Amino acid sequence: MIKQVIAGVLVVGLMAAAAYAAFFVAPPERTMGLIQRIFYFHAASAWAGMTAFFVCFVANLQYVWRRQQKWDSLAVSAAEVGVAFITVVLITGPIWAHPVWGIWWTWDARLTSTFVLWLLYVSYLLLRTLIEDPDRRDLLSAIFGIFAFVDVPLVYGSIRWWRTQHPQPVIMGGPGSGLEPTMRKVFFFSVLALHALMVFLIAERYRLEKLRTKLDVVRREAEAL
Amino acid sequence: MSLLANASVLLGKELRTEFRSRELLTTTVVFILMVIVLFSFTFDPTSAESRRFGPGLLWLAFLFAASLMLQPCFLREQTNDTLSALRLSVEDPFAIFLAKLTANTLFLLLTEFLLLPIFSVLYNVAVLPVLGWLIFVFFLGSLGVSIAGTALSAISAQARMRELLLPLLLLPLLTPVLVASTEVTKALLDPSPYVSWKGIGFLAVFDLVFLTALWLFGEYLLEE
Amino acid sequence: MTPPAGPSSGIRFENIDKRYGGLYALRRLTMEVTPGECVVLAGPNGSGKTTLLRIAARLVRPSSGIVTFPSAHKSPAAGDAPTGFVAHATMVYDELTAEENLTLFARLLEIPDPQTRVGKLLLEVGLVDRRSSLVRTFSRGMRQRVAIARALLHEPPLLLLDEPATGLDPQGTAWLAETLRRLRDAGCTILMSLHGESNISSLATRGIRLEAGRVAADTRTGATLQSILTFADA
Repeated sequence: MIKQVIAGVLVVGLMAAAAYAAFFVAPPERTMGLIQRIFYFHAASAWAGMTAFFVCFVANLQYVWRRQQKWDSLAVSAAEVGVAFITVVLITGPIWAHPVWGIWWTWDARLTSTFVLWLLYVSYLLLRTLIEDPDRRDLLSAIFGIFAFVDVPLVYGSIRWWRTQHPQPVIMGGPGSGLEPTMRKVFFFSVLALHALMVFLIAERYRLEKLRTKLDVVRREAEAL
Repeated sequence: MSLLANASVLLGKELRTEFRSRELLTTTVVFILMVIVLFSFTFDPTSAESRRFGPGLLWLAFLFAASLMLQPCFLREQTNDTLSALRLSVEDPFAIFLAKLTANTLFLLLTEFLLLPIFSVLYNVAVLPVLGWLIFVFFLGSLGVSIAGTALSAISAQARMRELLLPLLLLPLLTPVLVASTEVTKALLDPSPYVSWKGIGFLAVFDLVFLTALWLFGEYLLEE
Repeated sequence: MTPPAGPSSGIRFENIDKRYGGLYALRRLTMEVTPGECVVLAGPNGSGKTTLLRIAARLVRPSSGIVTFPSAHKSPAAGDAPTGFVAHATMVYDELTAEENLTLFARLLEIPDPQTRVGKLLLEVGLVDRRSSLVRTFSRGMRQRVAIARALLHEPPLLLLDEPATGLDPQGTAWLAETLRRLRDAGCTILMSLHGESNISSLATRGIRLEAGRVAADTRTGATLQSILTFADA
């Protein structure tokens, strides 16, 4: 219990520091003004979300191989946290786009691919709710999870190559735009903070999942009597 | 090779079953036709517009149709538990998937060929000059759809709400196929047609990746 | 009836657990069927009979424990020979004819000269004149015959049956009993689950009752076959 509190405090601290850095340490961007600072959380959330999905992928492989409950618990925890982070990405995108370009959504390659990613993992979570038997659910969703993750580079690749022909506002700047050194430091600090948050959330969700599975087993056994 | 022999025997069964009733093929053809016609109401079907939107709509129609057509794939093996009979009779369960995905690809291709002339007429696009290449991209794209679709149909057959679940799982997964196939088709239907080798290569990679994934994990989909 | 190909196969279940969620269908079940035995499996609904048979057929994977198939003589083929399995479901395609169904499975099993074998089986199960009819048109009894023919295609050394007489009329049951008797006498190992006494259960050389996923009684350890069968539906 005390460990979780300390971890939680640390994460909050990191997040607060990152927020401070984003608003006060990073220099203002040339054209976009204050709203641009959302970039630090937008982009860092994307990275954290992707890492969470990678954790889910590894957990899926482990489950298929070893069939131990804990891997499934880790997989669903990582997937949920990943979806949460990607939802943040999809929300902060329009929040940024509207004041800057006057439109809510741009079919920017990365944002579009991220939307598909979100759909994939929401499907993963939905699939889990639709299979009765826990062991079948764990195995089938693990395999779908593997298929989904393997698809991710293909999604990003195809959209980047063929859906970005038209000039359009590119969130976070195109390949040419580099980050000014201080900005870069703030960005990587945000990435660190958000990854810390991700790890914390996954760990907590994992604990909850393990308790839930235990409860489920007890409940089924009681029903059987 | 036992795997290929088994797969071809099973493919024979799949084809014989379908051609006897032809339910799947006829309903799929009618569905795609309906989608194509309905789509035409949503924009101004001039030649230029058609060339811009046509390929994408065509492939979208194929995807929707496939997500419906693939529903019975494993469901019909549940009626009399024939899936268990198959599992007992074949050495490598991948033969079951291989047969089904081949059959599904063939069914999809068949419906696509039946619809191509209709599409060409309704949307005023010339398909004959590039027919060979069109067949090729239809094949690669349909193969991708079938591989993923056959795998996911095995999953959805074991879940609730499977009529909604299969499209839900399949459509996001097939985004790369939609994008790449549309791209290659659009290039072929251009006033000065060209072959998008990047697109073709990409589709081939997609097919290979998912075929490998199915080969590695397919038997677990059938496990009890 | 042709004798099984190769030596008879036995089954050994060691500490089998099968879990569905928190529920145990089978719990630390240990049991052995010696080659050539004709074993009847009885027990109330939900006692795990179907699960046990499906694990023996290697359709279901146990949550833990091992299933092995020792044979009378050490032969590499026997352990791997697919078992014959007859279940509640017919496991044949309604949209194909009896002959097409059997030919399909015969070719999958890579049986040499499948046509002859299929013809022979159709004769043995009495369906020669209906060989070209779609299974969809068959009665329950006739479908069961096709199912049994399918199970016997490769002359399995081990035959598993899950309540095979369900839905059969007295004539069908008599035919089934006669068929099983001939198989048993030819050396096939049989493990079948039944409800109550019948002319099929009287073929058994051994009886085992399951309760709540465990072996509750065994004629090998003193129980009578009758007690095993009649307490089944308490």
